[in-house]
Formats: sequence, C-alpha cells, structure tokens
Amino acid sequence: MAAASDASAGTATIHTGPGYTGSYFDPPLGGRTGLWSWLTTTDHKRIGLMYLYAMGTFFLVGVALGIMMRLELLNPGMQYVDHRTYNTFFTLHGVIMIFLFIVPGIPAILGNIILPLQLGAEDVSFPRLNLLSWYVYMAGAFMAVTSLFAGGGTPDTGWTFYAPYSLRTGTNVSLAVMAAFVLGFSSILTGMNFITTIHRLRAKGMGFFRMPLFCWGLYATSWIQVIATPVVGITLVLLFMERTVGIGFFDPARGGDPILYQHLFWIYSHPVVYVMILPAMGIISEILPVFARRTIFGYKAIAMSSMAIAGVGYLVWGHHMFTVGMSDTARWVFSLLTFLVAIPTGIKIFNWVATLYKGSIAAEVPLLYAATFIFLFSIGGLTGLVNGALSTNIHIHDTAFIVGHFHYTMFGGAGIGLFAGLHHWFPKIFGRMFNRKAALAAWGLIFVGFNVLYFPMLVMGIMGMPRRYADYLPEYHLPHMISTFGSWILAAGIVLMVVNLVRSARHGERAPDNPWGGTTLEWQTTSPPPQLNFAKVPENPGDPYDFTRIIAERGQGR
Amino acid sequence: MSGASSYAAMVDQTFWFILVASVIMLLGVTGAMVWFIVRYRRSRNPAPAQIEGNVTLEAIWTVLPTVLVLVMFYYGWAGFKVMRDTPEGAFPVTVRAQMWSWSFIYPDGRVLPELVVPQGKPVKLNLESADVIHSFFVPAFRLKEDCMPGRRNHAWFQADRTGDYTIFCAEYCGDQHSAMLANVKVIPREEFDEMMGGEWDRPVGRDLLAVKGCVTCHSLDGSKLIGPSFKGIWGHQATVITDGQERQVLVDEEYVRRSIVEPAADLVKGYQNLMPAQGALVDSTDIANIVEFLKELK
Repeated sequence: MAAASDASAGTATIHTGPGYTGSYFDPPLGGRTGLWSWLTTTDHKRIGLMYLYAMGTFFLVGVALGIMMRLELLNPGMQYVDHRTYNTFFTLHGVIMIFLFIVPGIPAILGNIILPLQLGAEDVSFPRLNLLSWYVYMAGAFMAVTSLFAGGGTPDTGWTFYAPYSLRTGTNVSLAVMAAFVLGFSSILTGMNFITTIHRLRAKGMGFFRMPLFCWGLYATSWIQVIATPVVGITLVLLFMERTVGIGFFDPARGGDPILYQHLFWIYSHPVVYVMILPAMGIISEILPVFARRTIFGYKAIAMSSMAIAGVGYLVWGHHMFTVGMSDTARWVFSLLTFLVAIPTGIKIFNWVATLYKGSIAAEVPLLYAATFIFLFSIGGLTGLVNGALSTNIHIHDTAFIVGHFHYTMFGGAGIGLFAGLHHWFPKIFGRMFNRKAALAAWGLIFVGFNVLYFPMLVMGIMGMPRRYADYLPEYHLPHMISTFGSWILAAGIVLMVVNLVRSARHGERAPDNPWGGTTLEWQTTSPPPQLNFAKVPENPGDPYDFTRIIAERGQGR
Repeated sequence: MSGASSYAAMVDQTFWFILVASVIMLLGVTGAMVWFIVRYRRSRNPAPAQIEGNVTLEAIWTVLPTVLVLVMFYYGWAGFKVMRDTPEGAFPVTVRAQMWSWSFIYPDGRVLPELVVPQGKPVKLNLESADVIHSFFVPAFRLKEDCMPGRRNHAWFQADRTGDYTIFCAEYCGDQHSAMLANVKVIPREEFDEMMGGEWDRPVGRDLLAVKGCVTCHSLDGSKLIGPSFKGIWGHQATVITDGQERQVLVDEEYVRRSIVEPAADLVKGYQNLMPAQGALVDSTDIANIVEFLKELK
C-alpha cells in the first residue's frame, strides 16, 4: 500500500476519466480518504488488494499450522501435542488453506485486479456486488476463525467433514460448516460477476478467441463456481440440520446414509479442484509467451482444454470413494472418466513446453516460477494416474501418497501459479519492481523445500503410511524426518518471498509500464493503472500474443 | 515393500507400469523445458520464431496419451476385478471396527483381537462398523475397504506367506485414529485347522478387556483417557446423566451391564457420548467375567 500512503498525504489531485494519469492508490472521488476509502471502494483493483492482504494472512496461518504438524511428525511417538490437538491442526490447516485461500485465491486476488485490465474494461460488470463478495468472504472467514475458539472446541473432523463422525464429535463443527457455506456465496457472486464481465465488457473488437488465456481460465472457473458451489452449500446445510435438529440425512443410526454425504460432498469438491487449478494454468499461459517473446503454441487447444477440464471434471467425483463400497461397476466407470480428464491436462503441458521452443527466453523470476509449476504439476498429474487406476488406488487410498499428490497439484499447481502471477504482475499492481536477487533466492528455497517436503510423502504412502495420523510406526521414521526438514526450507523460502514483496511494494524501484515486454492490454496502461484503468479506451486489440511490435520497439535480444 | 497376498503382484505390476511410463513422461517434459530455456536464452537466440501450432504434433500428443491412459485404466481394472471376485469356499471372518479397536468374529462365535488366518487359503472379510467410518487397510496385502456403519462391505485375500502384518485404520475416525492398529497373523494351514477344531480359550480378566478394545478408552490405573477409568469404581457412586438429568447411581452388576449394552443411557458426567453399543460383541458370560474383574480392581 505504498502509493496509498503517498496519496493520503493529501498532495494528489482528485480527478478521473480520459487523460487522467494518476493511480488507483490516489483517493477516489467523493472525498473519501485513507482506510475508509478502501473499505467502501468499488474499484476492482483495490478489492483485489484487500483480498490479497486477507488471504495472505490466512495463508501464513495455514503454513504455520502445517509446520507444527510436521514438527510433531519429526519423530515417532507424541512429542509436543496430544492426538486431539494434532487432529485439530490438520483440520484447521485444511479448512483455512482450502476454503479461505486456495479456492477463492487466484480469482479473487489476481482475477479481480487483472481481468478487467486484460479485457480493456473500466471495472467488472457489478462493482458493488464485487465489494459485497469481499464482505461476504470476510464474514465467512470471521465465522471460521470464531469456530476455533467458541463452542465445544476446535473442529477435529478434517476439512472434508465426513459424516457420521462430523455429526457425533462434540467440537464446534456446526459453525465451521456454516462458515464454509457463507464462503461459498462469496465464490458464487464472484463467479457470476466474472462471467458477465467476460461476456459484456470485452474491448471493442476483442472476440472470445482474442481473449488472453488467463481470461479463459477464469471463465471456465467461474462456471464451475456458479454451478457446483450450491451443491456443497446444500450439503453443508443438511449436515448443519442433522447436527442441530437431528434430522437423519447421513447418520445410519437415524436412518441416514454416510455414502450420500460423500457423493454430495465430492460432486462439488472434485470440480472445485479445477477452480483452484484452471486460473493458475491461465497465469502460466500468460507468462510463457511474454518471457519467450513469442506467440503461445496452440491457443485454441489451451482455451478449449480449460473448458473440457471444467466439463469432464464434473463426472469424476467417484474416484474419491473407491473404497466406500460403491458397486464395482460405478468404480470402473469413474476410473475410466478419471483417466479421460488427464488428457486435456496433458495437452496443456505439451503446449506450454512447445511455447518455449525457438523462443527468445529471459529466465526472469516469473518464468522460473512458471517452469516450476510445469515440473511440480506434472508430478502431481502423473501421480494422479496411480490414483485413477483401480487396483493401485485401493493400495494408496487415504495414505500419505494422496497428501503428497494433492500438494503437488494444489500447492505445486495453484499455489506456485499464484506466486508466479504475483511476481509477473507485481510491477503493474504496485508500480514498483521487486528485488530480483531476493526473489531468486526465495524461489530456490521454495523449489528445493517443496520437493524435500512432499516427495517423501509419496514414498511413505506407497510404503503404507495412512494419512491423518498423529503418530506412526518406526518403519516410517526416515521419510517423515526428511519431510519435516523440507518443511523448514520451504517455510524459509515463503518468508523470504513475502518479506521481499512487502518491502518492494513500498521501497522497490519505480516500475516502467511494461517491464517484461507483454502484449496484453494490462501492459498498455500505466503502472499502477489509473482508477478507471485506461487513459484511452482500448479498441481492436488484435492477437493477444503478437510480439512483432514489442520486438520492433525494443530490438532483438533485449 | 514386498506384497504378501495372491493379488499383490498384479497390483505391483500395474503400479510399476504406471510409474515407469510417468517417469519417462516427466523426464521428457522437464528435459525439453530446461533444454529450451537454456538453448533459446535471449542472449543466444535474439530472434524468436512465431509458431502458432502444428496439427500433426498436436494430434500425436493427444492420441498417444489417450491410448496410454486407456491401457493404464485396463490394467487397473483387471487387477481390481480379481480383488472383488471372492473365490468359492473362502473362509469367512467378520471384521468389526469401532473407535478405536478391531475385533474379528469367527464362524464359531469366537471373537479375537487379531486376525488369525491360514496360509494359502482365501479368506472372505465381512466389514462392519459400530460407530463411524473406518477403513480396513493391510498394506502388505494391497487390501483396503471401508467399514461403513449401517451396511456391510466385503473384501477377500489369500495370504501367501506366514508371518505378522499390520492392519491400519485408513479412514479418519477421531482422537485415537492413528492408534487403531491390529495384526494379521498368517499361520500354516494345519495349525489353523487345529486351532479352529479345538476349544476356544475364552479370555478373562485383563485379556478380556484388551480383546474387546475396552482399554483403548478406559484405563485400569485411574488415569483419565477418552472414557472414565475402571479403577476402583465397583461399589461406588457414579454421577451420570440420564435423559439430560444428573443423578447418582451405584456401580453394580446391573449398571455395568447397561453401560456395555446401552452406553448412551447413563452417561458418566464429563464424558462425551462416543461409545458404541457392545451387544453384538459381548455376551452374558463376558459381562459376568468383566464384573468379576471389576470387583477385584481396587
């Protein structure tokens, strides 16, 4: 918020509209200044930043919980906490990371800030609804945090709230469940806002197939948010009613069916992993062409594979339930569909690698993160094949292998994708450059720490180590120990990255409008952009990845 | 870790096939990516080529992976089919899971705390749960299937080698989830037949409480675990909650029986209602033996 504090000193003139070259950090019209001007803003960029600060905080809390879990698992036996406390750790870690960070993360932060800029729009379609989404998110987050301290104790069910355990535990599950319900509304509202914005507010002359690929990723994501989130909303309400009024939906002791809960939960929660990953894939599709200074390989294939993943992704939820005792026919059908969803993902990865072929590549920090994404996400995707095949799934189901696989896809994918995007658009958002040396060091620590932390989980899972275990048999000691060492390296990298970004937002060198040589519309306005984004409304933007002008202007090799 | 069941080798073959294919793809993708970043770095390759696509290449990398994953699907399914088709004449054992212990009920009614099975003979498992979802997992057999309350799942295996193998609970089930372990004991067939033909030494005293899983939650030394300790309760007054009302009750034979068969009826004050009803696992002889033991546990 560096520029914001400059502005609140009262020197900036308040004006807006064509010809205006100030920044969105300046006090807006209406005389509101300081914190109040942020809390009442309808500017998509300011709302995006408010999400960034809130979610960044929750992310760090989630990291701290993860570190504490790994510390307890350093040696067999209970060292620092008891079983119950450990069980609340992984529940909180999951709830915070999934519902407060990784699901809403990229759309709410970078989607909000970048989408209207890339489309050449002044804002999203419904700016006030956008602000409401933020408040709904904060209300849900407040409920989630309250559930930790109030009522019967911190929830200990795991983030999946499986019935009937979640119905019987005396801990404060009801409030946590309602928090997830409220957070779902924030997701739905943001999704609707983005769909309308993409349909209605593209720059004149920008057809769907002239949109940058990040917009395509957000478009596919938004549809999932709007269609799938209500299902989990209903499911959580049913769970809440069973807990409070005792209506028997899921507990067999009351005539309910626990498998029904899992079906309803995963019908949402599987598509939602694509909510986490598709926008990250969009970011990678932006970064690679810019730093290779060449057009993306297979634009339509990448755009359409996003939609294919969003579509087929609805039909594979049963692979979370291969051991619950579903009919054997249902199991092989879900297995087959699961393998089919791997194909569009594979296509994207091949297209990305091909985009680097014969490029003119600058290995800057965003590109390194993008390459890291491809490497880690490939491991995540390929370990998914072991999960998809029935006979091998039975063995690794509910083991540390799943935890490793999930972190390779979600943290290695969505998380690293967010880090890549934050570095890529940092100069645009804050008008300042991050410190390159510190960013490189942080990237190195994160890359090494990540693999040392999560790869041993794959190994111990194959050895038979179940997940959600507060304690373990001595035969699993070595991989657990290595994994814990990795968590320290990764944490050091994350802390360095955060410190560097926070410091640079305030004290970094002033950034030019287009530091990397990007072609999409956000690079054609000032850094940071003015309140209504563009001094001159962009028209006919043409091919989003046409680098001839950039190469002509800057000369080859620079 | 080497497999010890008849179908483990099949699972492992599928696993190795997927693993080798995956490593090749990962090395290919990563190798190409790193090579391009180095080879086409801006200082070495100042003039980028603008390649928008290549239909042949894109067709190849769509079709080949499709074929590959369909082969993987087939192997996975073929191995799974074997796991699901229980052979005729398999020896039946009912596995009963509860927070946080396993019991194994044999056709002759004996209940054991470990799963004793014959080597080289198929065993069919009927999987049940008394409370929440648990999952029966024996890594060495490549076997896992959930124990669902309100329904009966099944699984089977044939152990190839004698020895002891760990059973884990693989579905999170609360506080002592990671302590919910048991043992499969594979013994030679003759030994097993002898055991099944002979009399069952009904466990008594401490052994009985261990077999039934009582001591996971109830200590014998006065320390507070998930449930109240058994030490010194006999003949004393207990403060319980009955239908929401607090009352005093004498710990006698009738109270002990009720606490086992209907644990939710009189809930000891300060403890959660977690214990499943034990009627299916504990008969009147067991209850009498437990009472005798509690009388002595001062």
